[in-house]
Amino acid sequence: MSDNAENANTAYWKANVTQIVVSLIIWFIASYGFGILLVDPLNAIEFGGFKLGFWFAQQGAIYVFLILIAVYAIRMNALDRRYGVDEQ
Amino acid sequence: MDLTTLTYLAVGLSFALYIGIAVWAKASSTGEFYVAGKGVHPIANGMATAADWMSAASFISMAGLISFLGYGGSVYLMGWTGGYVLLAMLLAPYLRKYGKFTVPEFIGDRYYSKTARLVAVVCLIFISFTYVAGQMRGVGIVFSRFLEVDLLTGLIIGMGIVFVYAVLGGMKGITYTQVAQYCVLILAYTVPAVFIAMQLTGNPIPQIAFGSQLQGTDTYLLDRLNQVVTDLGFIEYTEGSKSTIDMFAITVALMVGTAGLPHVIVRFFTVPRVRDARSSAGYALLFIALLYTVAPAVGAMARYNLTATVQTGAIGSPDGNLTYEERPEWMKRWEATGLLSFEDKNGDGRIQYYNDQNADFQTQAAEWGWQGNELDVDRDIMVLANPEIAQLPNWVIALVAAGGIAAALSTAAGLLLVISSGISHDLLKGTITPGISEKTELMAGRIAVAVAILIAGYLGYNPPGFVAQVVAFAFGLAASSLFPVILMGIFSKKINREGAIAGMLSGLVFTMGYIILYKGVFIEPVIPNTPDNWLLGISPEGIGAVGMVLNFIVAFLISKVTAEPPDHIQHLVEDIRTPRVTAAAE
Repeated sequence: MSDNAENANTAYWKANVTQIVVSLIIWFIASYGFGILLVDPLNAIEFGGFKLGFWFAQQGAIYVFLILIAVYAIRMNALDRRYGVDEQ
Repeated sequence: MDLTTLTYLAVGLSFALYIGIAVWAKASSTGEFYVAGKGVHPIANGMATAADWMSAASFISMAGLISFLGYGGSVYLMGWTGGYVLLAMLLAPYLRKYGKFTVPEFIGDRYYSKTARLVAVVCLIFISFTYVAGQMRGVGIVFSRFLEVDLLTGLIIGMGIVFVYAVLGGMKGITYTQVAQYCVLILAYTVPAVFIAMQLTGNPIPQIAFGSQLQGTDTYLLDRLNQVVTDLGFIEYTEGSKSTIDMFAITVALMVGTAGLPHVIVRFFTVPRVRDARSSAGYALLFIALLYTVAPAVGAMARYNLTATVQTGAIGSPDGNLTYEERPEWMKRWEATGLLSFEDKNGDGRIQYYNDQNADFQTQAAEWGWQGNELDVDRDIMVLANPEIAQLPNWVIALVAAGGIAAALSTAAGLLLVISSGISHDLLKGTITPGISEKTELMAGRIAVAVAILIAGYLGYNPPGFVAQVVAFAFGLAASSLFPVILMGIFSKKINREGAIAGMLSGLVFTMGYIILYKGVFIEPVIPNTPDNWLLGISPEGIGAVGMVLNFIVAFLISKVTAEPPDHIQHLVEDIRTPRVTAAAE
């Protein structure tokens, strides 16, 4: 493997790890944060028939997970191409 | 047509479909048997993963658990979906790139050690058998209630069906059967939920009805439910009884455990490309979310309906409770299975259903002449009884029966396949008899599936707990043994053979030890299973989270003081990190 390719791979991996870290921070906040740790203060807020903390724990977190995976899959496809490591 | 005939028809048709698919998708090579020839479309794989994933516990038990736990049931909702984020980002794409057949095979290669592979196989077999026992019990419950056969006969029929399509079709047969099973189970789950949501709130979408006003009133469903249950001495529905740290630990254990379950991981080996592994995880979660966002609505509505059925008038008034004589048909039917029981403690011929563990409320209740809770409802029946409680047409009830069986069978088949590939590929081909031909290996795989089915059936007949609880143990073990070593194998080049083996063993032994200590899986519990006795207030269900941390720490420390992994392993790690297949990697 040439040095160039190796550098590109290292940069690709860094970009991937950054993407993952950002996603997992959001993942953590939506579930452990809003659904568990902050559930009591959030329950003071009501929308429709839901208390917000309860809603995050039983509905909202799941929707956030779905969006996170979709965004990750799309952005990684772009990263694969940008760094020339996509499947040909 | 009466209910029994309709149910036989629905279940019979679905079985014919599964067997038809199995014959069409017969596996002819080990590649097809283990990973469906790596030719499954990501959407099909997403559906298969969803069916594989959503077990009897998800279909039958989860909404029931939530309906009794209220907010506390959220651990299952977040825990069993959040793991897919971890899978999509931390494991699936890289394992697909690595591109072999089994999880222990990856661990064995990455940690250049047959011992590591063996330890991984042992973990895998233990996890999968624990999990499969829960499925078999689910099959038994559905058969004994809906087809009115006894538990053993039900188990034997279920085992027979799985036998046909798992032994014949291997992963290929299982994948396409699971796609069909997903369609059956999601229909069976959502149709009654839509009906009930309409009845209660006038809104057909369960996720919205959940937060809507009860029909003809301006009271929200959840507010009304909170009031009714607290009036009967239970804790508020939207509040939990679990401590925050325990909620946290259980959610971690379930999420990480999901990502570490071999039968889920291996599904991502079946897609053609790395990018498909990522998108497939997304599709899987989408299909799972269809059920998982409906489940909490079902739980809340079922709890409301159950209470409203029994508590017909004002709480505490002499004629406020349903008389036993007038109890609805569905109660009589479930009484016959022993999963619902009534004991007239105060001899008034009426059913009192309330929380007699609440001392303050019991004082009040005693003044009304209530002498204890008289109705015992097994959580496992809530989803199955739901259409009957809501008086839905018989075809809906028949559909739910077929759906419950589809959920249990699809998961059982996926589990049995990883057990068999662990035995034929990792133990026989990989360790004991490396010289065997592909044909012999395929035959060994089929025999292993057959034996595994028999053991699973036995475990289903003598189960160590109720469905969701048995399954919860599998998660603790997956979280504490397999997940950390796979993750470190991809994201670190420095973790070596010694570290991985020590990490897996310490995570596994610690978690198993803790569970056995409090739960006594095969022995009597050594320490009473109460919050005061738990380590840091973490229940056996959540202890996998601590086991996982222990695994990481041990692996890291041992790797520090022993020799670094050899160069070719470091290159292997670099190679699996990028999707493109390079010449250097060949």
